[in-house]
This record gives sequence, structure tokens and C-alpha cells, in this order.
Amino acid sequence: MTPDRIPSMNDAHLSVAPPVREAALPEAPPIKIAARGLNFWYDKFHAVKNIDLDIPEKRVTALIGPSGCGKSTLLRVFNRIYALYPKLEAKGQVLLDGENILDPAYPMNRLRSKVGMVFQKPVPFPMTIYENVAYGIRHHERLNKAEMDARVEQALRQAALWDEVKDKLKDSGLGLSGGQQQRLCIARAVALKPDVLLLDEPTSALDPISTGRIEQLVEELKQQFTIMIVTHNMQQAARVSDYTAFMYLGDLIEHGATGQIFSNPGKQQTEDYITGRFG
Amino acid sequence: MSAPSASLYRRRSVTNVVAIGLSCAAALFGLAFLGWILWTLLAKGLAHLDLSLFTQDQPPPMEEGGLRNAIVGSLLMCGMGVLIGTPLGIAAGTWLAEFGNHRRLGAAVRFVNDILLSAPSIVLGLFVYAAFVMNTGGNFSAIAGALSLAFIVLPVVVRTTDEMLRLVPVQMREAALSLGIPQWKVTVQVLYRSALPGIVTGILLALARIAGETAPLLFTAFGNEFFSLKIGGAMSAVPLVMYKFAGSGYENWEHLAWAGALLITLFVLATSLLARAFLLRKRAAHD
Repeated sequence: MTPDRIPSMNDAHLSVAPPVREAALPEAPPIKIAARGLNFWYDKFHAVKNIDLDIPEKRVTALIGPSGCGKSTLLRVFNRIYALYPKLEAKGQVLLDGENILDPAYPMNRLRSKVGMVFQKPVPFPMTIYENVAYGIRHHERLNKAEMDARVEQALRQAALWDEVKDKLKDSGLGLSGGQQQRLCIARAVALKPDVLLLDEPTSALDPISTGRIEQLVEELKQQFTIMIVTHNMQQAARVSDYTAFMYLGDLIEHGATGQIFSNPGKQQTEDYITGRFG
Repeated sequence: MSAPSASLYRRRSVTNVVAIGLSCAAALFGLAFLGWILWTLLAKGLAHLDLSLFTQDQPPPMEEGGLRNAIVGSLLMCGMGVLIGTPLGIAAGTWLAEFGNHRRLGAAVRFVNDILLSAPSIVLGLFVYAAFVMNTGGNFSAIAGALSLAFIVLPVVVRTTDEMLRLVPVQMREAALSLGIPQWKVTVQVLYRSALPGIVTGILLALARIAGETAPLLFTAFGNEFFSLKIGGAMSAVPLVMYKFAGSGYENWEHLAWAGALLITLFVLATSLLARAFLLRKRAAHD
């Protein structure tokens, strides 16, 4: 095990609350996504202002900040889902493995299969549980029945949902509980074997127990995926992330190891937000 | 302190009773007419609702007969009307909801569609007469009748498809697109599935509406005293026969008109119930 895995184990013998990660990561992981001079406009509203941000591979990076600060907007640039709507514009560069995904020549198909996304509201497709997971795979790969069964099972296991649904794969995905639906959405995203998972407030519509399960899941998923999570919940950011980026009014105020941001922020604004003085 | 509040309370409860009383009276007033209409239909139509209605064609005055030619004509033309209007309507509604939603052209199309939705049906009949019947040698035909009915189906289906698709949560679209699936595939395979019960309901309501239409058929299908399956020729329909028979003065014709009226009402009732069942199923599936 590499030294940079150790922080999560350090937590165990840290008796003091809050449970914040160790700050210094001895060996910096490689950068998976890099935003360079990234700007975003909703028509005339400048929502993301000239941001440079490095997202390390196979780590969890939390985006925090008050409502309207541009954190969800930033997340939605990373798989270009914003392109669905007219009058939205991103300028600058977002380098995924060194390639600029904002370049119109970058194939959307490839981008979306590399960067999966899970949304705030769990929205299973109106299909069976099995089909919810198989649907995306089928578009990208030709698999026979046995291979597909294996892929669906693998994805559902990765999303920690398999044991709960293995006997009702033919049931509608809409019949699951909210927390199960969200894990189904995660299974649907990981089924494509992406490199990056974007989680847009994935637990804000869930109860505390379901939230706990999702957080636990994020912990497991980062072994394989680079994860970005937008959250309004400070404790959640502190619990699940290795790095935290604090945004305010479209600016990236501060970005660093989660332990450092939460225990010893460099900027007054960050400290004020984290300690609940505004936001 | 207590005296004014007691009088205030009394005044409010009196106002409340009066308001509820007036609302109930208004509701009963409306329902009473509906009940009256249904009662008259049942009383005058039920006695003549028998098997011969479906097995015999419309008779000359003073002779026994049924409505077979009209029933078959109605079914054929309504069926064709729905078959023509539905695909067009679904396509247009899909464009509105998925592609034209944020555009000025979309708003314009939606507005024009709403006008078509409330256009008097006789105008649609006249339009088909001028544009189709006159251009095919002045030849009345079931096809022309079906076309004018399709113009009634079209805006209803456009509207319901548009609305039902826009009711699908935006995250469902984004979730499917973020799997790398192209938009047309997302629309057909995910969004339609979600909106289907609503769209089917719209189609059924359109069917119920055209089943009772007389005006658009007057200058198009024209009517036919004889049984006919030729869609290139004039064809009968239940409302057309009613139009001709109801005020004729011949007792047997008037009986048939009442039976036809009851038949159409029952058909509309059944279609509406089916539409409700579809909507309820949708709600159950989403809870």
C-alpha cells in the first residue's frame, strides 16, 4: 500500500472530533482533470470566473460554497452536460488526461463514457432495475447475455446494491426506496467503467442512513474512480473528501487538502463559511 | 376583548356557510343538467339499443333497420383520423418539448397549435373540403372525412405530448445524456417510456372528441345510406345519421337517432374511463 493511502487509517486513532483527514499527503497523486482559465456564462451572467483547478486521480475532491457560487456549474462543465441548453458558454480549458474536452472536436460519446454523473434527485429510468444498468452499456458495447449479466452484477455490487436487488432485477427501478434509487443511479454510471464520477449533491434528497451508505460507497469507489462531489454539507465534505475546493461568487477562493482547508484555512472567507458565519 | 372577537367569529362562520352553500348549489346546478341529459338519453335510447342496431343498415323512413353502416363508417374514419393525426402530433409535440422549447419558433408553434385546438370543427371541415375534396374532383370520401378528423386529433396530441414530455424531470434527460446516449435515443427510449401513459390518455381523449363530431364530416365524408368500406367514396357516420334522422319526423328514424346518441355517449364514456385508468396507472408507477 502506498503511503498516501494511510490518512484514512489515521482517522481511526484520532479521538478528537471533527473527523478530518490528515492534511499532508506525502506523495501527490497524478492529476486527472485540470481546469485552466475556465470561465462560464449563463447568457450574460458570469457564473465561473477564471478558475484553475487540479483534480487528483483516484481521490475525492469536494466542491463547497454557498448556493449560487458556481460549484454545480463547474461540475457540469466537466462532462459538458450544460451543452444541452442554449445560451450557456464555457471558455478556457478542461484537460482530461491532457486533452481539452471543451474542444468541439472532442467526441461527446467518449467524454460521457469517461465521465459519469450522478444527480441530486435520484432518477431511475422507467425500466427494470436490470435495464437501468444495462441500458447505458448497450449503447457503447456489444455484449452477449452472460457478459451483460456479469457487467450488471458487477456494477450493482460496486454500488452496494446487489444484495438488495438480486432477486428482483426484473422489477421496476421506480419501486426502490430513495437511497436505493440513488445507488442504482451510481450503478448506472459506474457500469460504463468511467474514469471520473461527478456527484452533484448526491445525498441532499436522502435520509441520514441512506446518506451514510452513499458516503461509505464513495470511500470504496475512489479506489477505482476519480470523484468530484458537490455538497452543501460541511461534515460530508470533511468526511468523504481528500481535497476540498471552496468557491464563492464564481471564484475559486481556496483549494487544498481537506484536512488543511477545514483545520487551517488560508483565507478568511473560507474560515467564515466553514464555521457557519455565512452561507 | 372577547365580545368583538366572538362577533367576528360569527360573521366569518356565516360567510363560510354562505360561500359553501353557493359553491354546492353551483356544482349541483351543473351536475343536474348533465344528469338530465344522461337520463333523457337512457330513457329514449336504451329501448332501441338492440342487436339489429349493429347488424342492419340504416333504413328508409317507416321501415325497420339499424346503424351498421354508420357505426362501421364512424369506426373507420375515427380510426384513420387517429392514425393520421397521432404520429404527426407526437412528432410535433416532441420537437416542441425537446428541441423547440427554448426557441422563439417553439413558442410560435405552441401558440398556433393552441389556436388550432380551439378552432371550430366546421372550419376544419371546410378547409379539407376546399383543399382536398375540391382538388379530387369534388369527390366526397371517407379519406377526406378522416383528414378533417385528423386535424382535430393533431393539436390535442401535440399539446399532450409536449406537456407530458416537459413533465419528465430534467434530471432524467441529463442522466441519460450523461451516459453518452444521443438525444434522439434518449427521447425515444427513455422519455417516451416515461411520458407514455399521458400521451395515450391524450390520444384517447382526442378519439372521444372526434367520435361525436358532425360538422367536419358534412362536406367531406358527406354520409352514405348504404354500407360501404370504400375509403375513396362517401361514407356514413353515426353523428351524420343522427343529424339527418333526429328532426326527421319519422318515428323509427328518431328512435335510431336516440340509439345512436346513446351509443356515442357510451363510447365516449368508455374511452374517458380508459384514459383515466392510464393516468392512474402512471401515478401509481411514479409513487
